Amino acid sequence: MRLRLFKEAPNFDFFSHWKIWLGVSGLLMVVAFASFMVQGLNYGIDFRGGTTIRSESPMAVDIAAYRGAIDTLELGDITITEVFDPSFREDQNVAMIRIQAQDGQEAVTTDVIAAVETALQTVRPDIKFTSVESVGPKVSGELIQTAVIAVVLAIGAVLIYIWLRFEWQFAAGAVLALVHDVILTIGIFSELQIRFDLAIIAALLTIVGYSLNDTVVVFDRVRENLRKYKKRDLKDVLNLSINETMARTFMTSFTTLIALIALFVLGGDVIRGFVFAMIWGVIVGTYSSIFVASAILLYLGVKRDWTKPDANTGNQYANIDA
Amino acid sequence: MLQIDLWKRILIALTCALGVWLALPNAFYGPVEQHNDAVAAIELSGSTETLEAQKALWPDWMPSQLVNLGLDLRGGAHLLAEVKVEDVYANRMAAQWPEVRDALRDLTPVRRQQSPDDELRVRLNDPSKMAEAMEIVRGLARPVPTLTGAGSTDISVRGEDGMIIVTLSEAEKQATDERTMQQSLEIIRRRIDEVGTREPTIQRQGADRILIQVPGIGSAAELKEIIGTTAQLTFSPVVSRGSDANANPGIGNKLIPSVDEPGAFYVVESAPVVTGEELVDAQPSFDQNGRPAVSFRFNTSGARKFGDYTAANIGSPFAIVLDDEVISAPTIQSHIPGGSGIITGNFDVETSTNLAILLRAGALPAGLEFLEERTIGPELGQDSIDAGKVATVVAFVAVLFFMFVSYGLFGVFANIALIINVAMIFGLLSLVGATLTLPGIAGIVLTVGMAVDANVLIFERIREELKTAKGPARAISLGYEKALSAIIDANITTLITAVILFVMGSGPVRGFAITLGFGIVTSVFTAIFVTRLMVVIWFERARPKTIEV
Repeated sequence: MRLRLFKEAPNFDFFSHWKIWLGVSGLLMVVAFASFMVQGLNYGIDFRGGTTIRSESPMAVDIAAYRGAIDTLELGDITITEVFDPSFREDQNVAMIRIQAQDGQEAVTTDVIAAVETALQTVRPDIKFTSVESVGPKVSGELIQTAVIAVVLAIGAVLIYIWLRFEWQFAAGAVLALVHDVILTIGIFSELQIRFDLAIIAALLTIVGYSLNDTVVVFDRVRENLRKYKKRDLKDVLNLSINETMARTFMTSFTTLIALIALFVLGGDVIRGFVFAMIWGVIVGTYSSIFVASAILLYLGVKRDWTKPDANTGNQYANIDA
Repeated sequence: MLQIDLWKRILIALTCALGVWLALPNAFYGPVEQHNDAVAAIELSGSTETLEAQKALWPDWMPSQLVNLGLDLRGGAHLLAEVKVEDVYANRMAAQWPEVRDALRDLTPVRRQQSPDDELRVRLNDPSKMAEAMEIVRGLARPVPTLTGAGSTDISVRGEDGMIIVTLSEAEKQATDERTMQQSLEIIRRRIDEVGTREPTIQRQGADRILIQVPGIGSAAELKEIIGTTAQLTFSPVVSRGSDANANPGIGNKLIPSVDEPGAFYVVESAPVVTGEELVDAQPSFDQNGRPAVSFRFNTSGARKFGDYTAANIGSPFAIVLDDEVISAPTIQSHIPGGSGIITGNFDVETSTNLAILLRAGALPAGLEFLEERTIGPELGQDSIDAGKVATVVAFVAVLFFMFVSYGLFGVFANIALIINVAMIFGLLSLVGATLTLPGIAGIVLTVGMAVDANVLIFERIREELKTAKGPARAISLGYEKALSAIIDANITTLITAVILFVMGSGPVRGFAITLGFGIVTSVFTAIFVTRLMVVIWFERARPKTIEV
């Protein structure tokens, strides 16, 4: 007995409403972008400077009391959030305190941190500070810059690679799909106000990698089928290729998702945002390979004469013999 | 065709075995770590019974390289410091002043003027001698060896309404910056080593930054204390003593507070007699009254300067200045020829010991500004490790199960390959001494999910080829052949993003990029070589007429 999603190769028609799907994707991107513009991201200290203190106490977190203790120090904008996690012990009550970067101070001051810690200790004498992180505004500015460059570089490098291995229409489709994924991910982070820090950039790049992986597998099959069925309509060829790779797409997305969900539930709160971004990315990335990347390919049209085998395609690798 | 040469089979098997072998110590992290520490301790300070016992926890002939745990897993402190390289320019100019004054002494009297830190402005009493004076000052310039070639000197001199302005040349500034950075790195390293913590990372970042990571230390504040303030020790001539914090010290002098006498301020000359750079040794000791003090010794040139100065200034006070505070201002009783002396002040044993360490390690040539500091408590790190372990195991088991129910025997092959794959990631990480961070664990979990992709591609292809009924052998071999281009393309693109992450990222993100990158390489290897080998061996033995994938 095998577990099989499809007994036969599926035969869904993905492209009967392809323009609508492209429209929906476009609309989603606009919504995501609008959310980003209106709400903005909930940047972590990596990107806007400041200090976060993670506190742990056997007694319940009393946000009002914490705030009262810290407010007397007049440190400006302070956020205190209680953290919940299934992996915490009974007597483990965790709160995150975030303090904005202090005006006119490039460097981080130990005094401020010490003052906050002392203030909290008056409220909860047994409080422990399990992590304290401070980033100066100078570094955070540079980190944003580096992050943006990294994402742009990754997308650019991929554009060139796919262009070389396929055709420019494929590259355009793949890259638009990537942009779609990145924008939607930023959109969900802004909409849900999940903390956006350095690790999320890593997640974004992983999403880029994953989405691409998926897109390339579909494209590879499209290329193969274009050679096989020279006379068939491009729409049919795309549909056939996606249906043929459907089982694989489902398997891989599913195994990746179960691994990520395990991490999301059990991996602790420190990396939960990071894992959330990746789960979202896997879903969006799978969707975009079909409804964005392939739809763009259909829109742009593609060279149909593949008779002269490209020196770059499969052959040189296909002969590798283990 | 389903044939693999014997030598290739052996090579594949050996590669897998090597990966597992290298990964093995990580399964026994605690004992191996103790073993490694014991080996290091024995090498350093000889053997003891406890050390030998710890050493015996892990056999010597086994590999003992471990994956380093990042700060977010082990706990510790992280600092990013910017070295204020410009600080040194002011000192350079202060040292240049007596030289210029002496050189011009026979020509015309000169006065030092107020100037920016990296300039020396000198007014000539007799402006008509400007040209001559400039010639003389230019003669003081020394050549700077640069990459771009000869011709550069350390100072440039220009004249401006009766003033000679001496500035450092660009080449000299660059050379000075470079020296400042090297010195700072070396001094920070020595200070941290004096405390003796495990595997600190002290790295230069960019032009003027230093990254310091010390596992196992309580907090970033503690680490800052060890690195210390600059510990700039100077012996400076005292001009006057007063209690006015706003007194005008006059040009070429500076006003600094006293440590021990609240409200007291000294005016000292900016150009010191001797600096801490010329110290060769400093030890905690006691003065004649039995109070804690610090004894010190100068090198030859320092000893000579100190000797000359004390001989010429018997009866006048001089100040021992540490980081712009006067520690003590004794009066010179007699000529001190040997270049050694003792600093007394309001010390206890601990402060005198600390001061001696700071002095011995040498002064930081320039101030440090901390741009980023992170402290991660060991409990949080341990919690993260525990959570990460549970999550990885659950993810692993779920994926193994899912692969088995989907592909049966072939799924088992893929699962064995997956286990080898994860072992190889750990083997590679240990081999290159990479650091495992929390996002790195996420990278491994992600790899577990994605690593099956290559196998899934192949198996699905074999299923497809089976439908066109070419016989199992042909279907398997076609499946591998046709899936290959998709596997290569898909993984190269992911590898590109991993490489970019590695190059651009830092800290935990870089740890993630490393595990992701290694995961891609090993998963492709295991899919196209290891599973294939297993399939081929099984096929040769069983010779099935039909197969079900």
